[in-house]
Amino acid sequence: MTRRAVRWVDQRTATAPYLRKALRYIFPDHWSFLLGEVALYAFIVLVATGIYLTFFFVDSTKEVVFHGDYYPPLYGQRMSEAYASVVHLSLAVRAGLLIRQTHHWAANVFIAAIVLHLFRVFFTGAYRKPRELTYWLGVTMLMLSLLEAFIGYSLVDDLISGMGLVIGYSVGLALPFVGENLMNWLFGGMFPGSPQLWPRMYIAHVLIFPILIGLLLGAHLLLVAMRHHTQFRQRREQSERTIVGVPAFPGQAPRSLGLMVGTTGILFLLGGLVQINPIWLWGPYHTYSSTNGAQPDWYLGWLIGALRLVPGFDLTIAGYTLVPNPFWGGAAFPLVVFGFLYLWPWLERRLTGDHEFHNLLDRPRDAPARTGIGVGMVSWVVLVFFAGSADRAFVTFGLSYTGQIWAYRVLVFVLPVLFGLAAWRICNELQAGERVVADRRRAETNARRARRLRTDEPSP
Amino acid sequence: MRAVLTIAALAVLGLLAAGPAVASSGTPKTPLAEYGDHLFGEYCLSCHGPNAEGRLKQTSTSAGAGPGRAQERQYGVGPSLQGVGALAADFYLRTGYMPLLHVGLQPRREPLLFSNHQIRALVAYIASFGGPPIPDPRPGLGSISQGQSLFTEHCAGCHQVLAQGGVVTGALPPALVNATPVQVAEAVRIGPYVMPKFSQHDLSDRQLDSIVRYVEFTKDPARPGGWGLGYLGPVPEGLVTWFLAIPALILLCLLLGRRLRRS
Amino acid sequence: MSRTRNAIVSALVLLVGRRWRRKPGDSRIVPEQPAHLAAELAVLALLGLSSLSATGFILVYAFGASIPNETQLLGAALGLALMFLAAALIVVGLKLVPTEEVAEEYPPQEHPYEQQVIAEVLDQSGTRFTRSRFFKLGLLGAGGTLGLAALAPAVSFGPLFRVGDFLHTPWRCGRRLVDENGKPYKAADISEKNFYLAFPEGANDAEKEQMAASLVVIRLPPHELRLPPYLKGYDAHGILAYSRICTHAGCAITLYRAPLFQPDEPRPALVCPCHYSTFDPATGGTVTFGPAGRDLPLLPVYEDSKGYLRAKGNFDGPVGPSWWGVRLWKAQP
Repeated sequence: MTRRAVRWVDQRTATAPYLRKALRYIFPDHWSFLLGEVALYAFIVLVATGIYLTFFFVDSTKEVVFHGDYYPPLYGQRMSEAYASVVHLSLAVRAGLLIRQTHHWAANVFIAAIVLHLFRVFFTGAYRKPRELTYWLGVTMLMLSLLEAFIGYSLVDDLISGMGLVIGYSVGLALPFVGENLMNWLFGGMFPGSPQLWPRMYIAHVLIFPILIGLLLGAHLLLVAMRHHTQFRQRREQSERTIVGVPAFPGQAPRSLGLMVGTTGILFLLGGLVQINPIWLWGPYHTYSSTNGAQPDWYLGWLIGALRLVPGFDLTIAGYTLVPNPFWGGAAFPLVVFGFLYLWPWLERRLTGDHEFHNLLDRPRDAPARTGIGVGMVSWVVLVFFAGSADRAFVTFGLSYTGQIWAYRVLVFVLPVLFGLAAWRICNELQAGERVVADRRRAETNARRARRLRTDEPSP
Repeated sequence: MRAVLTIAALAVLGLLAAGPAVASSGTPKTPLAEYGDHLFGEYCLSCHGPNAEGRLKQTSTSAGAGPGRAQERQYGVGPSLQGVGALAADFYLRTGYMPLLHVGLQPRREPLLFSNHQIRALVAYIASFGGPPIPDPRPGLGSISQGQSLFTEHCAGCHQVLAQGGVVTGALPPALVNATPVQVAEAVRIGPYVMPKFSQHDLSDRQLDSIVRYVEFTKDPARPGGWGLGYLGPVPEGLVTWFLAIPALILLCLLLGRRLRRS
Repeated sequence: MSRTRNAIVSALVLLVGRRWRRKPGDSRIVPEQPAHLAAELAVLALLGLSSLSATGFILVYAFGASIPNETQLLGAALGLALMFLAAALIVVGLKLVPTEEVAEEYPPQEHPYEQQVIAEVLDQSGTRFTRSRFFKLGLLGAGGTLGLAALAPAVSFGPLFRVGDFLHTPWRCGRRLVDENGKPYKAADISEKNFYLAFPEGANDAEKEQMAASLVVIRLPPHELRLPPYLKGYDAHGILAYSRICTHAGCAITLYRAPLFQPDEPRPALVCPCHYSTFDPATGGTVTFGPAGRDLPLLPVYEDSKGYLRAKGNFDGPVGPSWWGVRLWKAQP
């Protein structure tokens, strides 16, 4: 039976040799390697739920009057067709809210999983030769995902997303030299732009970006498969030349499938049980209205933090504005972070002179300098992120907002250095500790051997 | 005849003018207001001055006042309360804003220090100087949709669109979860601390009813999507992502990740 | 007990599945493992629960239109169905499939022979090209221009090099200020301690959304005004009409800090809720806190003979978020 099926496939596709290899492809045996898979599965959920949403969404900013009697607080209000269609989808389409909320949770989890995956890759040195391309593709996907998520969030055109879009517009406008033309070009004029803006954003969100991400994802996985996984040195057989692990089938397949279904399950549970972005409560966006406490989704929280931290100045020369303020927090800061991510493999090679092939991973403590720098960068971004929630800290804990901002303005530069140095020191200490243990063990073995030799000597 | 009328009118005017003067000389009209005067002298006079005329020169520094609080007789600065009416007195006393916990800081919702009777007495005392009465909002007459749109235009900038409270540089617009309809109506007319003040001309009583109705709605808004997360949007959603979803997924990974035995 | 269990499982196995039979003596690829009945049972139970939950989802969808917590039930049913399936797969992965430890060589670092062949093929195919440098140049030129040609239509996306668009405002001298319902504001309508949303008279809904259209109008006691010399006369007896759009990131300024009791409360300020840029209305919209880098544009207004508020001209600077060179420009009608 099985053999007949295999035969049928092989005779028609001539793929048996490749299938055989694929079935026995070796997967690494460590939980942290599954984080990337979680991101992949979240992406699948995003595509599937997203397709459902497209059947209901209307990509138009034409003003309509809301007449849905299922939600009185908005009845009779002016709003864009896009917003009205999402309110309808959420409150009047059976299972529509479940799918929309799952889509949104999947986006939050998708990027969180990518970030964790990036941490694993960074702190274990998995990006080193021969896997730099894989790494750069991954970083590019992270960047695209942030843009994709931002556009998707903006499409709804509720009060909070509209505020996010105009902030994005202002950051683009603040780019030196090109800002005003770029934004005029993209938006079809000054904000809120031409009526074509929404169809453009929509196509970008449902077609251009998903396809780009999908293609890069394919290339990313292909490269992983061609060069094989990295591995920790957990056993003696695992070396730079030999990979030890579980074959794709039967060992890995049920695990990966289980993870896929489990990730989907968790996302649907969240989508059904925890309310996310209740857009009907925010109301429609108008350029002249806004609300307190508006925040972007978590993955852009570091940018709002940076935008808020920058002291109020435009870079001007004799009254000529060179660089408007939002550039620093909204563009320069992420450019520095992503620049660091892109350049790091090259930078590390220059600094350490290490041009070797690496299939074995470092533990974070094995590379104290890398770990220190990484911890510094992470804490920098995280601190700026916290600064973005200073207003909520004010509401919740009563810490003065202005005081917090001034403190953060200093702390975001001081603390990362301290944290980095501390991480570096801890790594060195851990290494030293291990050396001591190893020395003692060696000494004990030697002593035992010596004792045995002595007792074996015939006593006089 | 004409002279008599003029004299009578003058007499009436004189009486009217003497009204506050009578009150300030310490003879309020009702026993309740008299008790209020007594309480005022005990707890409020140090900042609001004798006869609630206000005190603008700071003679001593910050400490709170009120029954049960450690109070040496502290003198702060305080506005005149003549003409603010029962409306303001009722609002500040029933929210616990007054007596101030710390002079010079934004008044916050505190446990009430006065009994209901004491509050009524103080309100009667302040009302005896004239001023608007306690409002009587009728949320049932308002339109929730109009309320939503008015709230977004006038209030959401500070109080957040679902009245969950927010931030202004230098002040903390409170959440309105605990605000009663009467208190919301009072606050709109008073503009406590740095809040703008909306006159009848700015917002009619009917519009105010709509706003009050909307604020009532925000206390337990429609929640078809499950756990509401405080109606704050992305911040708690990010927390759920990182502290609920991601740990669950990592647990799953840990469960699945390792199968070979270590050598 | 275990005998009944065995019987159930073997019955199930006989009914539902067939065991792969191998002739004895075959050398196996995947090692043989003893049966694990408990695990098998668990898997079956989990699969059953999963299909139950999935059925529940369908039922809720079909009949749950009037249930108040429909979304939660749908989510819980679908989520649980998936979680049960995941659990079944996990039990399969952990308990039922053999745990093989496989080792193999990593792919070679490089393939020198293939590299050599590729390089030779590439090099040797071009022996007829004697002017290879010109050829490359020509190819580059054609490719580059074609690329530009392909990109050129994208220019129609939006206007380029037209900064003028950014500076147009709907405000003209004499245009009245109206509220969101189109009712003109009188100077007497503007009271101290409150702030007002204003639009140009006659603007339709789309025009109201333009950044330069909306204003935040306030009134300060004239003696408190500290307007710089170039803004003298912009106020109408203390009434100030600022652009409602923050010069930092374009959010609407919907916070007005209006102290009730001046001596010990913060001074009046216009605040943007996005990044808390704080502008001082008394000094012409200068930034006192937060990230904004440019003063809030002020629209000159006057009170006409009938008491209506009218624009006296245009803003003192461009409205909305800043761009490269913004300060050189003036708002235009």
